[in-house]
Amino acid sequence: MPFIPHTAEDLAAMLAVIGVERIDDLFDEIPLDLRASTLPSMPPPLSEMEIGRLMQQRSREDGQPLCFIGAGAYEHHIPAAVWQIASRGELYSAYTPYQAEASQGTLQLLYEFQSMMTALTALDVSNASLYDGASALAEAVLMAVRCNRKCKSPRILVPRALHPAYRRTLHTIVRQQGIELVEVPFDRRGGHTTIEQLEELATREFAALVINQPNFFGILEEVDALTDWAHRHNALVIGVVNPVALALLSPPGHWGETGADIGCGDAQPLGMPLSSGGPYAGFLCCKQALVRQLPGRIAGRTLDVDGKPGFTLTLQAREQHIRRSKATSNICTNQGLLVTVATIHMALLGAEGLERVAGACHANTASLGTMLCEIPGIEPLFERPVFHEKALHLPAPTADILRSLAAHNVLAGFDVGLEYPELDPALLVCATEMRTQEDMATFTQKLARVVTTRTQARCPVKPKI
Amino acid sequence: MSNTPENLKYTKEHEWVLDNGDGSLTVGITDHAQEALGDLVFVELPEVGRRVDTAEACAVVESVKAASDIYSPVRGEVLEANTALSDTPETINEDPYGAGWIFKLRLSDASQLDDLLDATGYEALVAEEA
Repeated sequence: MPFIPHTAEDLAAMLAVIGVERIDDLFDEIPLDLRASTLPSMPPPLSEMEIGRLMQQRSREDGQPLCFIGAGAYEHHIPAAVWQIASRGELYSAYTPYQAEASQGTLQLLYEFQSMMTALTALDVSNASLYDGASALAEAVLMAVRCNRKCKSPRILVPRALHPAYRRTLHTIVRQQGIELVEVPFDRRGGHTTIEQLEELATREFAALVINQPNFFGILEEVDALTDWAHRHNALVIGVVNPVALALLSPPGHWGETGADIGCGDAQPLGMPLSSGGPYAGFLCCKQALVRQLPGRIAGRTLDVDGKPGFTLTLQAREQHIRRSKATSNICTNQGLLVTVATIHMALLGAEGLERVAGACHANTASLGTMLCEIPGIEPLFERPVFHEKALHLPAPTADILRSLAAHNVLAGFDVGLEYPELDPALLVCATEMRTQEDMATFTQKLARVVTTRTQARCPVKPKI
Repeated sequence: MSNTPENLKYTKEHEWVLDNGDGSLTVGITDHAQEALGDLVFVELPEVGRRVDTAEACAVVESVKAASDIYSPVRGEVLEANTALSDTPETINEDPYGAGWIFKLRLSDASQLDDLLDATGYEALVAEEA
Protein backbone atom coordinates (compact mmCIF):
# COMPACT_ATOMS: atom_id res chain seq x y z
CA MET A 1 0.00 0.00 0.00
CA PRO A 2 1.50 3.35 -1.00
CA PHE A 3 1.69 5.85 1.87
CA ILE A 4 0.50 8.70 -0.33
CA PRO A 5 -3.09 9.75 0.20
CA HIS A 6 -3.55 11.44 -3.20
CA THR A 7 -5.77 9.77 -5.79
CA ALA A 8 -4.99 9.79 -9.51
CA GLU A 9 -7.63 12.55 -9.86
CA ASP A 10 -5.94 14.62 -7.14
CA LEU A 11 -2.60 14.31 -8.92
CA ALA A 12 -4.09 15.23 -12.31
CA ALA A 13 -5.77 18.27 -10.78
CA MET A 14 -2.53 19.43 -9.12
CA LEU A 15 -0.46 18.90 -12.28
CA ALA A 16 -3.05 20.85 -14.28
CA VAL A 17 -2.74 23.81 -11.89
CA ILE A 18 1.03 24.03 -12.28
CA GLY A 19 0.88 23.27 -16.00
CA VAL A 20 2.90 20.07 -16.05
CA GLU A 21 1.82 16.86 -17.71
CA ARG A 22 3.58 14.22 -15.69
CA ILE A 23 5.33 14.21 -12.29
CA ASP A 24 8.52 13.08 -14.01
CA ASP A 25 8.60 16.38 -15.89
CA LEU A 26 9.34 18.09 -12.58
CA PHE A 27 12.68 16.28 -12.48
CA ASP A 28 13.78 17.03 -16.03
CA GLU A 29 16.69 19.14 -14.73
CA ILE A 30 18.37 15.92 -13.59
CA PRO A 31 20.16 14.24 -16.52
CA LEU A 32 18.62 10.90 -17.47
CA ASP A 33 21.80 8.92 -16.83
CA LEU A 34 21.87 10.08 -13.20
CA ARG A 35 18.35 8.90 -12.42
CA ALA A 36 17.73 5.60 -10.74
CA SER A 37 14.61 4.26 -12.38
CA THR A 38 14.70 0.92 -10.60
CA LEU A 39 16.70 -0.35 -7.66
CA PRO A 40 17.99 -3.75 -8.83
CA SER A 41 19.78 -4.54 -5.56
CA MET A 42 16.54 -4.30 -3.61
CA PRO A 43 14.88 -7.67 -2.98
CA PRO A 44 11.13 -7.98 -3.59
CA PRO A 45 8.86 -6.71 -0.80
CA LEU A 46 7.97 -8.99 2.12
CA SER A 47 4.82 -9.15 4.20
CA GLU A 48 4.89 -8.32 7.91
CA MET A 49 4.77 -12.03 8.72
CA GLU A 50 7.68 -12.81 6.40
CA ILE A 51 9.75 -9.92 7.80
CA GLY A 52 9.09 -11.18 11.33
CA ARG A 53 10.43 -14.61 10.39
CA LEU A 54 13.49 -13.17 8.67
CA MET A 55 14.40 -10.94 11.60
CA GLN A 56 14.02 -13.71 14.15
CA GLN A 57 16.28 -15.90 12.05
CA ARG A 58 18.89 -13.15 11.81
CA SER A 59 18.85 -12.43 15.52
CA ARG A 60 19.51 -16.13 16.16
CA GLU A 61 22.51 -15.91 13.81
CA ASP A 62 23.82 -12.95 15.82
CA GLY A 63 23.67 -15.03 18.98
CA GLN A 64 24.48 -13.52 22.35
CA PRO A 65 28.26 -13.51 22.44
CA LEU A 66 30.34 -12.44 25.40
CA CYS A 67 31.50 -8.98 24.35
CA PHE A 68 34.91 -7.50 25.17
CA ILE A 69 34.86 -4.90 22.39
CA GLY A 70 34.70 -1.24 23.28
CA ALA A 71 36.41 1.03 20.75
CA GLY A 72 33.84 3.82 20.96
CA ALA A 73 30.62 1.99 21.85
CA TYR A 74 30.20 0.28 25.20
CA GLU A 75 27.91 -2.43 26.55
CA HIS A 76 26.60 -1.05 29.84
CA HIS A 77 23.72 -2.18 31.99
CA ILE A 78 20.56 -0.27 31.11
CA PRO A 79 17.95 -0.35 33.89
CA ALA A 80 14.67 -1.75 32.51
CA ALA A 81 12.90 1.41 33.66
CA VAL A 82 14.87 3.54 31.18
CA TRP A 83 13.20 2.31 28.01
CA GLN A 84 9.93 1.61 29.82
CA ILE A 85 9.66 5.32 30.64
CA ALA A 86 11.07 6.47 27.31
CA SER A 87 8.41 4.44 25.48
CA ARG A 88 5.58 6.49 27.02
CA GLY A 89 3.53 8.28 24.37
CA GLU A 90 4.52 11.73 25.67
CA LEU A 91 8.21 11.02 25.25
CA TYR A 92 8.46 8.51 22.42
CA SER A 93 9.48 10.80 19.59
CA ALA A 94 12.71 11.38 17.69
CA TYR A 95 11.92 15.05 17.17
CA THR A 96 12.14 18.36 18.90
CA PRO A 97 8.62 19.62 18.33
CA TYR A 98 8.29 22.42 15.79
CA GLN A 99 5.95 24.36 18.07
CA ALA A 100 8.49 23.81 20.78
CA GLU A 101 6.95 25.90 23.54
CA ALA A 102 3.68 23.97 23.28
CA SER A 103 5.62 20.91 24.53
CA GLN A 104 6.81 22.06 27.94
CA GLY A 105 7.59 18.49 29.02
CA THR A 106 9.99 17.91 26.13
CA LEU A 107 11.68 21.25 26.69
CA GLN A 108 12.04 20.55 30.41
CA LEU A 109 13.61 17.20 29.58
CA LEU A 110 16.11 18.84 27.19
CA TYR A 111 16.87 21.41 29.86
CA GLU A 112 17.52 18.62 32.38
CA PHE A 113 19.77 16.84 29.85
CA GLN A 114 21.76 20.02 29.27
CA SER A 115 22.05 20.61 33.02
CA MET A 116 23.36 17.08 33.53
CA MET A 117 25.88 17.42 30.70
CA THR A 118 27.18 20.73 32.03
CA ALA A 119 27.52 19.10 35.47
CA LEU A 120 29.47 16.19 33.96
CA THR A 121 31.75 18.32 31.76
CA ALA A 122 32.06 21.28 34.20
CA LEU A 123 31.39 23.60 31.27
CA ASP A 124 28.85 26.44 31.33
CA VAL A 125 26.44 25.51 28.56
CA SER A 126 25.29 22.48 26.60
CA ASN A 127 23.14 22.14 23.51
CA ALA A 128 20.23 19.71 23.27
CA SER A 129 22.48 17.11 21.53
CA LEU A 130 23.75 16.33 18.04
CA TYR A 131 23.70 13.17 15.92
CA ASP A 132 26.68 11.37 17.42
CA GLY A 133 30.07 11.92 19.02
CA ALA A 134 31.98 12.16 15.74
CA SER A 135 29.74 14.83 14.21
CA ALA A 136 29.74 16.66 17.57
CA LEU A 137 33.53 16.84 17.28
CA ALA A 138 33.25 18.19 13.73
CA GLU A 139 30.85 20.89 14.98
CA ALA A 140 33.26 21.64 17.83
CA VAL A 141 36.08 22.16 15.31
CA LEU A 142 33.96 24.45 13.14
CA MET A 143 32.99 26.34 16.29
CA ALA A 144 36.63 26.70 17.35
CA VAL A 145 37.58 28.15 13.98
CA ARG A 146 34.72 30.68 14.20
CA CYS A 147 35.54 31.58 17.80
CA ASN A 148 39.29 31.91 17.60
CA ARG A 149 39.35 35.21 15.78
CA LYS A 150 42.91 35.90 16.88
CA CYS A 151 44.04 32.98 14.76
CA LYS A 152 44.05 33.63 11.03
CA SER A 153 44.88 30.06 10.11
CA PRO A 154 42.14 27.44 10.35
CA ARG A 155 44.56 24.72 11.42
CA ILE A 156 43.52 22.09 13.97
CA LEU A 157 45.83 19.69 15.79
CA VAL A 158 44.20 16.25 15.96
CA PRO A 159 45.87 13.36 17.79
CA ARG A 160 46.41 10.13 15.92
CA ALA A 161 45.29 8.46 19.15
CA LEU A 162 41.78 9.90 18.59
CA HIS A 163 39.15 7.36 17.48
CA PRO A 164 39.79 6.61 13.75
CA ALA A 165 36.08 6.89 12.89
CA TYR A 166 36.00 10.34 14.52
CA ARG A 167 39.03 11.39 12.49
CA ARG A 168 37.38 10.22 9.27
CA THR A 169 34.08 11.94 10.06
CA LEU A 170 35.92 15.12 10.97
CA HIS A 171 37.80 15.02 7.69
CA THR A 172 34.60 14.47 5.70
CA ILE A 173 32.76 17.35 7.36
CA VAL A 174 35.46 20.03 7.52
CA ARG A 175 37.73 19.39 4.51
CA GLN A 176 35.55 21.44 2.14
CA GLN A 177 35.72 24.41 4.50
CA GLY A 178 39.41 25.10 4.09
CA ILE A 179 40.28 23.70 7.51
CA GLU A 180 43.60 21.92 7.79
CA LEU A 181 43.71 18.90 10.10
CA VAL A 182 47.20 18.17 11.38
CA GLU A 183 47.81 14.71 12.81
CA VAL A 184 49.70 14.57 16.12
CA PRO A 185 51.58 11.28 16.56
CA PHE A 186 51.31 9.39 19.85
CA ASP A 187 54.17 8.32 22.06
CA ARG A 188 55.02 4.74 21.14
CA ARG A 189 55.81 3.76 24.74
CA GLY A 190 53.12 5.62 26.66
CA GLY A 191 50.38 5.57 24.00
CA HIS A 192 49.65 9.24 24.76
CA THR A 193 50.11 12.64 23.15
CA THR A 194 53.18 14.51 24.37
CA ILE A 195 54.13 18.18 24.51
CA GLU A 196 57.39 17.36 22.65
CA GLN A 197 55.44 16.02 19.68
CA LEU A 198 53.09 18.99 19.78
CA GLU A 199 55.97 21.49 19.88
CA GLU A 200 57.18 20.19 16.53
CA LEU A 201 53.80 21.00 14.98
CA ALA A 202 53.40 24.38 16.66
CA THR A 203 55.87 26.17 14.40
CA ARG A 204 52.81 27.58 12.61
CA GLU A 205 49.77 29.00 14.37
CA PHE A 206 46.74 26.79 14.92
CA ALA A 207 43.17 27.46 16.04
CA ALA A 208 42.58 24.52 18.36
CA LEU A 209 43.97 21.35 19.87
CA VAL A 210 41.75 18.27 20.20
CA ILE A 211 42.35 16.24 23.38
CA ASN A 212 40.79 12.81 23.66
CA GLN A 213 40.28 11.63 27.26
CA PRO A 214 40.61 8.68 27.48
CA ASN A 215 42.10 8.27 24.01
CA PHE A 216 41.28 5.48 21.55
CA PHE A 217 43.71 3.12 23.32
CA GLY A 218 41.97 3.75 26.64
CA ILE A 219 45.01 5.75 27.77
CA LEU A 220 44.65 8.73 30.08
CA GLU A 221 46.20 11.81 28.51
CA GLU A 222 48.00 14.52 30.50
CA VAL A 223 45.06 16.84 29.98
CA ASP A 224 46.21 19.64 32.30
CA ALA A 225 49.59 20.05 30.63
CA LEU A 226 48.11 19.74 27.13
CA THR A 227 45.39 22.30 27.87
CA ASP A 228 47.81 24.86 29.31
CA TRP A 229 50.19 24.30 26.41
CA ALA A 230 47.44 24.97 23.83
CA HIS A 231 46.23 28.05 25.68
CA ARG A 232 49.79 29.41 25.79
CA HIS A 233 49.73 29.14 21.98
CA ASN A 234 46.45 31.14 21.86
CA ALA A 235 44.57 28.08 20.68
CA LEU A 236 41.27 26.73 21.96
CA VAL A 237 41.01 23.30 23.56
CA ILE A 238 38.39 20.77 22.46
CA GLY A 239 37.97 17.84 24.85
CA VAL A 240 36.53 14.63 23.38
CA VAL A 241 35.33 12.70 26.40
CA ASN A 242 33.46 9.58 27.49
CA PRO A 243 30.52 10.69 29.69
CA VAL A 244 30.84 7.66 32.00
CA ALA A 245 34.56 8.31 32.51
CA LEU A 246 33.68 11.87 33.56
CA ALA A 247 32.10 10.48 36.72
CA LEU A 248 35.65 9.70 37.87
CA LEU A 249 38.05 11.77 35.78
CA SER A 250 38.69 15.49 35.90
CA PRO A 251 36.05 17.10 33.62
CA PRO A 252 37.11 19.27 30.63
CA GLY A 253 36.01 22.46 32.41
CA HIS A 254 38.67 21.82 35.07
CA TRP A 255 41.57 20.92 32.77
CA GLY A 256 44.68 23.05 33.30
CA GLU A 257 44.51 26.55 34.66
CA THR A 258 41.42 27.76 32.81
CA GLY A 259 39.75 24.58 31.54
CA ALA A 260 39.01 23.28 28.04
CA ASP A 261 36.87 25.62 25.94
CA ILE A 262 34.65 23.02 24.30
CA GLY A 263 33.72 19.50 25.40
CA CYS A 264 32.02 16.89 23.23
CA GLY A 265 31.52 13.18 22.87
CA ASP A 266 29.05 10.37 22.38
CA ALA A 267 26.22 9.82 24.85
CA GLN A 268 25.88 6.14 23.86
CA PRO A 269 27.21 4.84 27.22
CA LEU A 270 24.24 6.60 28.91
CA GLY A 271 21.47 4.08 28.32
CA MET A 272 21.78 3.39 24.59
CA PRO A 273 22.13 -0.25 23.50
CA LEU A 274 24.94 -1.09 21.05
CA SER A 275 22.34 -1.72 18.28
CA SER A 276 24.95 -2.60 15.65
CA GLY A 277 26.40 0.91 15.81
CA GLY A 278 23.52 3.33 16.21
CA PRO A 279 21.61 5.49 16.44
CA TYR A 280 23.47 7.18 19.29
CA ALA A 281 23.55 10.83 20.37
CA GLY A 282 26.34 13.39 20.48
CA PHE A 283 26.76 16.07 23.11
CA LEU A 284 28.45 19.45 22.80
CA CYS A 285 29.20 21.82 25.69
CA CYS A 286 31.24 25.00 25.92
CA LYS A 287 32.20 28.00 28.00
CA GLN A 288 29.65 30.79 28.29
CA ALA A 289 31.79 33.13 26.16
CA LEU A 290 31.43 30.82 23.14
CA VAL A 291 27.69 30.18 23.40
CA ARG A 292 26.81 32.33 20.35
CA GLN A 293 28.86 29.95 18.23
CA LEU A 294 27.35 26.80 19.73
CA PRO A 295 25.26 25.04 17.06
CA GLY A 296 21.99 23.20 17.59
CA ARG A 297 19.00 23.67 19.81
CA ILE A 298 19.30 25.05 23.33
CA ALA A 299 16.44 24.81 25.82
CA GLY A 300 16.32 27.55 28.43
CA ARG A 301 14.37 28.19 31.61
CA THR A 302 12.50 31.46 31.87
CA LEU A 303 9.45 33.18 33.36
CA ASP A 304 6.22 33.76 31.47
CA VAL A 305 4.20 37.01 31.53
CA ASP A 306 2.58 35.96 34.81
CA GLY A 307 5.96 35.27 36.42
CA LYS A 308 5.53 31.50 36.27
CA PRO A 309 8.56 29.37 35.36
CA GLY A 310 8.56 27.76 31.94
CA PHE A 311 10.90 26.43 29.27
CA THR A 312 11.71 27.80 25.85
CA LEU A 313 14.14 27.30 22.99
CA THR A 314 16.65 30.07 23.40
CA LEU A 315 19.38 31.92 21.46
CA GLN A 316 17.60 30.96 18.26
CA ALA A 317 19.23 33.75 16.29
CA ARG A 318 22.19 31.34 15.91
CA GLU A 319 19.99 28.97 14.00
CA GLN A 320 19.13 28.36 10.41
CA HIS A 321 15.50 29.47 10.46
CA ILE A 322 16.62 32.95 11.52
CA ARG A 323 20.17 33.40 10.34
CA ARG A 324 19.83 31.44 7.08
CA SER A 325 23.18 30.81 5.39
CA LYS A 326 25.08 32.47 8.23
CA ALA A 327 23.73 30.14 10.90
CA THR A 328 26.29 28.50 13.17
CA SER A 329 25.44 25.18 11.57
CA ASN A 330 22.84 23.48 9.44
CA ILE A 331 22.13 21.35 12.48
CA CYS A 332 18.68 22.40 13.61
CA THR A 333 17.53 19.28 15.34
CA ASN A 334 18.70 16.93 18.08
CA GLN A 335 18.54 13.24 18.88
CA GLY A 336 15.28 13.62 20.76
CA LEU A 337 14.54 10.02 21.74
CA LEU A 338 18.11 9.13 22.70
CA VAL A 339 18.48 12.29 24.74
CA THR A 340 15.31 11.28 26.53
CA VAL A 341 16.90 7.92 27.25
CA ALA A 342 20.21 9.45 28.39
CA THR A 343 18.38 11.84 30.72
CA ILE A 344 16.27 9.09 32.30
CA HIS A 345 19.33 6.85 32.56
CA MET A 346 21.37 9.52 34.35
CA ALA A 347 18.44 10.43 36.59
CA LEU A 348 18.01 6.77 37.64
CA LEU A 349 21.71 6.18 38.25
CA GLY A 350 22.40 9.51 39.86
CA ALA A 351 25.88 10.92 40.25
CA GLU A 352 26.82 8.18 42.69
CA GLY A 353 25.50 5.37 40.47
CA LEU A 354 27.37 6.69 37.46
CA GLU A 355 30.54 6.91 39.53
CA ARG A 356 30.09 3.29 40.63
CA VAL A 357 29.62 2.19 37.01
CA ALA A 358 32.80 4.01 36.02
CA GLY A 359 34.70 2.50 38.95
CA ALA A 360 33.50 -1.02 38.14
CA CYS A 361 34.51 -0.63 34.46
CA HIS A 362 37.97 0.55 35.44
CA ALA A 363 38.43 -2.24 38.00
CA ASN A 364 37.19 -4.95 35.61
CA THR A 365 39.44 -3.80 32.79
CA ALA A 366 42.45 -3.63 35.13
CA SER A 367 41.66 -7.15 36.35
CA LEU A 368 41.17 -8.45 32.78
CA GLY A 369 44.44 -6.87 31.66
CA THR A 370 46.35 -8.57 34.45
CA MET A 371 44.75 -11.95 33.68
CA LEU A 372 45.39 -11.73 29.92
CA CYS A 373 48.99 -10.57 30.35
CA GLU A 374 49.78 -13.77 32.22
CA ILE A 375 49.37 -15.60 28.90
CA PRO A 376 52.85 -16.04 27.36
CA GLY A 377 53.37 -13.64 24.45
CA ILE A 378 50.65 -11.20 25.53
CA GLU A 379 51.81 -7.93 27.01
CA PRO A 380 50.53 -4.37 27.39
CA LEU A 381 51.11 -2.28 24.28
CA PHE A 382 51.55 0.91 26.30
CA GLU A 383 52.81 1.83 29.76
CA ARG A 384 50.45 4.60 30.79
CA PRO A 385 47.31 4.13 32.92
CA VAL A 386 43.95 3.48 31.29
CA PHE A 387 40.27 4.04 32.05
CA HIS A 388 38.30 1.02 30.80
CA GLU A 389 40.13 -0.23 27.72
CA LYS A 390 43.52 -1.79 27.32
CA ALA A 391 45.64 -2.35 24.20
CA LEU A 392 47.57 -5.63 24.18
CA HIS A 393 50.34 -6.95 21.98
CA LEU A 394 49.52 -10.41 20.58
CA PRO A 395 51.93 -13.23 19.68
CA ALA A 396 49.86 -14.32 16.64
CA PRO A 397 47.83 -12.62 13.87
CA THR A 398 44.86 -10.80 15.41
CA ALA A 399 42.33 -11.89 12.78
CA ASP A 400 43.09 -15.58 13.46
CA ILE A 401 42.69 -15.14 17.20
CA LEU A 402 39.45 -13.19 16.82
CA ARG A 403 38.04 -15.84 14.48
CA SER A 404 38.90 -18.69 16.85
CA LEU A 405 37.39 -16.93 19.85
CA ALA A 406 34.27 -15.94 17.91
CA ALA A 407 33.77 -19.65 17.26
CA HIS A 408 33.71 -19.97 21.07
CA ASN A 409 31.09 -17.20 21.26
CA VAL A 410 33.55 -14.61 22.58
CA LEU A 411 34.06 -11.22 20.91
CA ALA A 412 37.64 -10.79 22.04
CA GLY A 413 38.19 -7.13 21.22
CA PHE A 414 39.00 -4.66 18.47
CA ASP A 415 41.73 -5.48 15.93
CA VAL A 416 44.03 -2.47 16.45
CA GLY A 417 46.14 -3.30 13.37
CA LEU A 418 43.19 -2.53 11.07
CA GLU A 419 43.54 1.16 11.95
CA TYR A 420 47.15 1.27 13.20
CA PRO A 421 49.23 -1.11 11.02
CA GLU A 422 52.36 -0.03 12.93
CA LEU A 423 50.97 -1.70 16.09
CA ASP A 424 49.92 -5.00 14.50
CA PRO A 425 49.28 -7.62 15.90
CA ALA A 426 47.37 -5.96 18.73
CA LEU A 427 44.01 -6.17 20.43
CA LEU A 428 41.99 -3.50 22.26
CA VAL A 429 39.90 -5.05 25.05
CA CYS A 430 37.23 -3.58 27.29
CA ALA A 431 35.44 -5.00 30.31
CA THR A 432 32.50 -2.90 31.47
CA GLU A 433 30.53 -3.43 34.69
CA MET A 434 28.59 -6.10 32.74
CA ARG A 435 31.53 -8.54 32.72
CA THR A 436 31.80 -10.82 35.72
CA GLN A 437 34.98 -12.46 37.05
CA GLU A 438 33.66 -15.68 35.51
CA ASP A 439 33.28 -14.02 32.07
CA MET A 440 36.84 -12.76 32.27
CA ALA A 441 38.15 -16.16 33.38
CA THR A 442 36.35 -17.81 30.43
CA PHE A 443 37.87 -15.29 28.05
CA THR A 444 41.38 -15.73 29.51
CA GLN A 445 41.17 -19.51 29.39
CA LYS A 446 39.94 -19.60 25.78
CA LEU A 447 42.45 -16.98 24.65
CA ALA A 448 45.29 -18.89 26.36
CA ARG A 449 44.31 -22.05 24.51
CA VAL A 450 44.10 -20.31 21.13
CA VAL A 451 47.42 -18.50 21.64
CA THR A 452 49.19 -21.70 22.70
CA THR A 453 47.90 -23.60 19.67
CA ARG A 454 48.84 -20.77 17.32
CA THR A 455 52.34 -20.22 18.66
CA GLN A 456 53.22 -23.91 18.95
CA ALA A 457 51.91 -24.70 15.49
CA ARG A 458 54.50 -22.37 13.98
CA CYS A 459 57.11 -24.52 12.19
CA PRO A 460 60.53 -23.95 13.77
CA VAL A 461 62.45 -25.10 10.65
CA LYS A 462 62.46 -22.90 7.59
CA PRO A 463 61.27 -24.80 4.49
CA LYS A 464 63.98 -25.34 1.87
CA ILE A 465 62.92 -23.82 -1.42
CA MET B 1 8.38 58.65 12.49
CA SER B 2 11.94 57.73 13.32
CA ASN B 3 14.66 60.23 13.83
CA THR B 4 17.21 60.96 11.05
CA PRO B 5 19.83 63.57 12.09
CA GLU B 6 20.91 65.95 9.30
CA ASN B 7 24.61 65.90 10.26
CA LEU B 8 25.06 62.21 9.47
CA LYS B 9 25.52 60.20 6.31
CA TYR B 10 23.64 56.94 5.72
CA THR B 11 23.95 53.65 3.85
CA LYS B 12 21.25 51.67 2.09
CA GLU B 13 21.87 48.97 4.71
CA HIS B 14 20.65 51.28 7.50
CA GLU B 15 23.97 52.26 9.04
CA TRP B 16 24.71 55.85 9.96
CA VAL B 17 28.16 57.38 9.51
CA LEU B 18 29.60 60.36 11.37
CA ASP B 19 32.64 62.07 9.84
CA ASN B 20 34.79 62.97 12.84
CA GLY B 21 36.82 65.34 10.65
CA ASP B 22 40.16 63.72 11.60
CA GLY B 23 40.13 60.97 8.98
CA SER B 24 38.03 58.74 11.20
CA LEU B 25 34.35 57.78 11.04
CA THR B 26 31.92 56.53 13.67
CA VAL B 27 29.38 53.93 12.56
CA GLY B 28 26.12 52.75 14.10
CA ILE B 29 22.66 51.64 13.04
CA THR B 30 19.81 54.07 12.44
CA ASP B 31 16.85 54.69 14.67
CA HIS B 32 14.70 53.11 11.97
CA ALA B 33 16.89 49.97 11.98
CA GLN B 34 16.85 49.54 15.75
CA GLU B 35 13.09 49.95 15.75
CA ALA B 36 12.65 47.35 13.01
CA LEU B 37 14.95 44.86 14.77
CA GLY B 38 13.33 45.19 18.16
CA ASP B 39 15.04 44.66 21.53
CA LEU B 40 18.70 43.94 20.90
CA VAL B 41 20.23 41.17 22.98
CA PHE B 42 23.70 40.75 21.51
CA VAL B 43 26.30 42.61 19.49
CA GLU B 44 29.29 40.97 17.85
CA LEU B 45 31.94 43.65 17.41
CA PRO B 46 34.70 43.80 14.80
CA GLU B 47 38.33 43.17 15.78
CA VAL B 48 40.35 46.36 16.18
CA GLY B 49 42.94 46.59 13.41
CA ARG B 50 40.85 44.64 10.92
CA ARG B 51 40.85 46.00 7.38
CA VAL B 52 37.40 46.08 5.88
CA ASP B 53 36.09 46.69 2.40
CA THR B 54 33.06 48.74 1.43
CA ALA B 55 29.89 46.75 2.18
CA GLU B 56 31.85 44.01 3.96
CA ALA B 57 29.96 42.41 6.85
CA CYS B 58 32.00 43.19 9.96
CA ALA B 59 29.61 43.14 12.93
CA VAL B 60 26.36 41.46 13.89
CA VAL B 61 23.44 42.72 15.93
CA GLU B 62 20.98 40.22 17.26
CA SER B 63 17.52 40.88 18.57
CA VAL B 64 15.01 38.52 20.07
CA LYS B 65 13.58 37.93 16.62
CA ALA B 66 16.39 38.42 14.11
CA ALA B 67 20.11 38.63 13.52
CA SER B 68 21.47 41.22 11.16
CA ASP B 69 24.88 41.94 9.70
CA ILE B 70 26.40 45.40 9.97
CA TYR B 71 28.33 46.39 6.84
CA SER B 72 31.26 48.70 6.64
CA PRO B 73 30.11 51.87 4.86
CA VAL B 74 33.54 52.48 3.27
CA ARG B 75 36.95 50.86 2.90
CA GLY B 76 39.17 51.32 5.94
CA GLU B 77 40.61 49.97 9.15
CA VAL B 78 38.74 49.38 12.40
CA LEU B 79 40.11 51.81 15.01
CA GLU B 80 37.88 51.09 17.95
CA ALA B 81 34.85 48.99 18.84
CA ASN B 82 32.25 50.02 21.43
CA THR B 83 32.98 47.24 23.92
CA ALA B 84 30.41 48.65 26.37
CA LEU B 85 27.75 47.19 24.05
CA SER B 86 28.79 43.63 24.91
CA ASP B 87 27.17 43.99 28.32
CA THR B 88 24.44 46.44 27.39
CA PRO B 89 23.36 45.90 23.77
CA GLU B 90 20.08 47.67 24.61
CA THR B 91 22.02 50.95 24.50
CA ILE B 92 21.58 50.76 20.71
CA ASN B 93 17.79 50.79 21.18
CA GLU B 94 17.96 53.63 23.69
CA ASP B 95 20.50 55.90 22.02
CA PRO B 96 21.28 54.69 18.46
CA TYR B 97 23.10 57.86 17.40
CA GLY B 98 25.01 58.43 20.64
CA ALA B 99 26.17 55.87 23.21
CA GLY B 100 24.92 53.14 20.85
CA TRP B 101 27.68 53.69 18.26
CA ILE B 102 29.20 50.37 17.16
CA PHE B 103 32.69 50.96 15.75
CA LYS B 104 35.11 53.59 14.45
CA LEU B 105 36.95 53.35 11.16
CA ARG B 106 40.00 55.04 9.67
CA LEU B 107 38.88 56.14 6.24
CA SER B 108 41.16 55.14 3.35
CA ASP B 109 39.64 57.34 0.66
CA ALA B 110 37.64 60.45 1.63
CA SER B 111 35.87 60.52 -1.73
CA GLN B 112 33.98 57.39 -0.69
CA LEU B 113 31.89 59.54 1.63
CA ASP B 114 30.25 61.07 -1.43
CA ASP B 115 28.68 57.70 -2.25
CA LEU B 116 26.70 57.71 0.99
CA LEU B 117 23.15 59.00 1.36
CA ASP B 118 22.25 62.22 3.17
CA ALA B 119 19.35 62.41 5.62
CA THR B 120 16.82 63.26 2.91
CA GLY B 121 18.05 60.43 0.69
CA TYR B 122 17.86 57.96 3.56
CA GLU B 123 14.36 59.03 4.57
CA ALA B 124 13.27 58.58 0.97
CA LEU B 125 14.75 55.08 1.02
CA VAL B 126 12.92 54.19 4.22
CA ALA B 127 9.67 55.55 2.81
CA GLU B 128 10.19 53.47 -0.32
CA GLU B 129 10.80 50.28 1.66
CA ALA B 130 7.77 50.80 3.87
